[in-house]
Amino acid sequence: MGATMIEKIIERNTGKAVKPGDIVTVSVDRVMIHDIFIPFVADKFTEMGFSKIWDPEKVVLIYDHLVPASQVDDTRHFRVGNAFVEKYGLTHVHRSDGICHQLMPEAGYVKPGNVVFGTDSHTTTYGCVGAFSSGIGYTEMASILGTGTMWVKVPETIRVTIHGKMPQNVTSKDIILRLIGDLGADGATYQALEFAGDTVEEMSIASRMTMANMAIEAGAKCALFVADDKTAAYCHMDLTEDIKGLAADSDAVYVRELVYQAEDLVPVLACPSQVDNIRPVRELSGTEIDQVFIGSCTNGRLEDLMAAAKILKGKQVAPFVKLIVTPASRKVYQEAAQNGTLAILAEAGAMITHPGCGLCCGRTGGILTDGERVVATNNRNFLGRMGTSKVEIFLASPMTAAASAVAGRIVEA
Amino acid sequence: MEKFTGNVWVLGDDIDTDIIIPTEYLALKTVEDMKPYAFSPLRPELAGKIKEGDVIVAGKNFGCGSSREQAPEVIKALGIRCIIAKSYARIFFRNSINNGLLLIENNQLRDVVQEGDTITVSVNEAISHKGKDYPIVSLPENLVEIIRAGGLVKAMRRQNGLD
Repeated sequence: MGATMIEKIIERNTGKAVKPGDIVTVSVDRVMIHDIFIPFVADKFTEMGFSKIWDPEKVVLIYDHLVPASQVDDTRHFRVGNAFVEKYGLTHVHRSDGICHQLMPEAGYVKPGNVVFGTDSHTTTYGCVGAFSSGIGYTEMASILGTGTMWVKVPETIRVTIHGKMPQNVTSKDIILRLIGDLGADGATYQALEFAGDTVEEMSIASRMTMANMAIEAGAKCALFVADDKTAAYCHMDLTEDIKGLAADSDAVYVRELVYQAEDLVPVLACPSQVDNIRPVRELSGTEIDQVFIGSCTNGRLEDLMAAAKILKGKQVAPFVKLIVTPASRKVYQEAAQNGTLAILAEAGAMITHPGCGLCCGRTGGILTDGERVVATNNRNFLGRMGTSKVEIFLASPMTAAASAVAGRIVEA
Repeated sequence: MEKFTGNVWVLGDDIDTDIIIPTEYLALKTVEDMKPYAFSPLRPELAGKIKEGDVIVAGKNFGCGSSREQAPEVIKALGIRCIIAKSYARIFFRNSINNGLLLIENNQLRDVVQEGDTITVSVNEAISHKGKDYPIVSLPENLVEIIRAGGLVKAMRRQNGLD
């Protein structure tokens, strides 16, 4: 019997044959801690009685949720983080370079076949390069820092195959939203998602990142794309036989299989206030909006900003709409500045912010109030996520978001 | 075997971590400071009403969303003795076990209990409600060990020769 991608990655890591349901201990290749949780990780690490980190080279600390600080108390997280860096000799520290899930693959911390944990649920993102990555809490993170290991239950796998060419106004965001709608917010709980088919083979790493990022919104433990030539180029490495061998066997066993034809897909929205409340954009066409947000670890990459700029070029954002654009990292920001994308967005009336998480999680910038509606490219539309609990959040692709910003109402690109 | 009786609070499906404790309160210094804001987007009055020993009964996918461990911690700090839900999101499930918050999976109870009912839980055996018993499925052995140690911190302390 063949193995799925996740089974192969865990087998490669542990050196043992595994099957779904087995509880195994993995050796961790890399961990990510962000600013919100570093004080808690530091406390638990001390409380557990550890005096040194198993391998400081494997630890990445990223300040992104609280950067730049919006409340005096936020600065405590940086002080605690800096002291932790100093005390335990961490070298991979990013204090204002961008959002953790963009930086981890972008800065080369994650490679195909790696086993990676982060103190954030969207850690599933690194499946975009064929890594097994998943979110954990700060207590488990503290125990990994001490031991370099973590227990996992080998998940069953759902295979999602997409064939064909997407319509011009459909993006990988629309595909993952549709999938979450079909699976439900708990449809992949405890399971791995494995993506296949010529549509995903054609996709950029950035587009794959968007899909892996949102796997958690269907409850998935991880999402996996086969590493190919694009992955190898992105990760600055050779596509070795070892890495190629992590692709699923043709006789691998899946708990469920879904197949989509790309030509049949349409632009969709996740409507308030559940990520699986998916409806075609055209069904809501004409709904008035107050704000548009293009950014986040889901859709703040260069191709996202360029897709928005293509629609916004030579146009103006509706006068009553605030358009906020947040590049996912400093590198994205610089590239978008150099190729003229930011100029187009600014001319159209966009506010362009520093890279960070603040707006997506309703902590800084762009807070909304009762009765207001926002079209946003991030990954969650939970009650109260971007302001009061009476704000309506519609999740969409950067194309739908940009077109809606111009129209002042929800509209297809 | 441990047994307790508690007053029931009833919640729906997909109670996410932003409802349990919104991001804006995550940088408060302690979980005690966060307590008044628990469940505030959905039911702002709830945190003030929960009493020590109460039980939450909820629908499917409880704790979906972020990896914030403050979610189970704040529920525990409010005095909730255990949660009985149709199902749990995986990160919340792990975080709860690691913090010694008892989670029970049960598909039927949510549809029959009402807020204000009392239920009795015999740990690892059964839940009793209005004269009816609902069996409890036991956890995998490695998780039982963590709970037996009193949570992951204590398990690690023991491993490091501190307790």
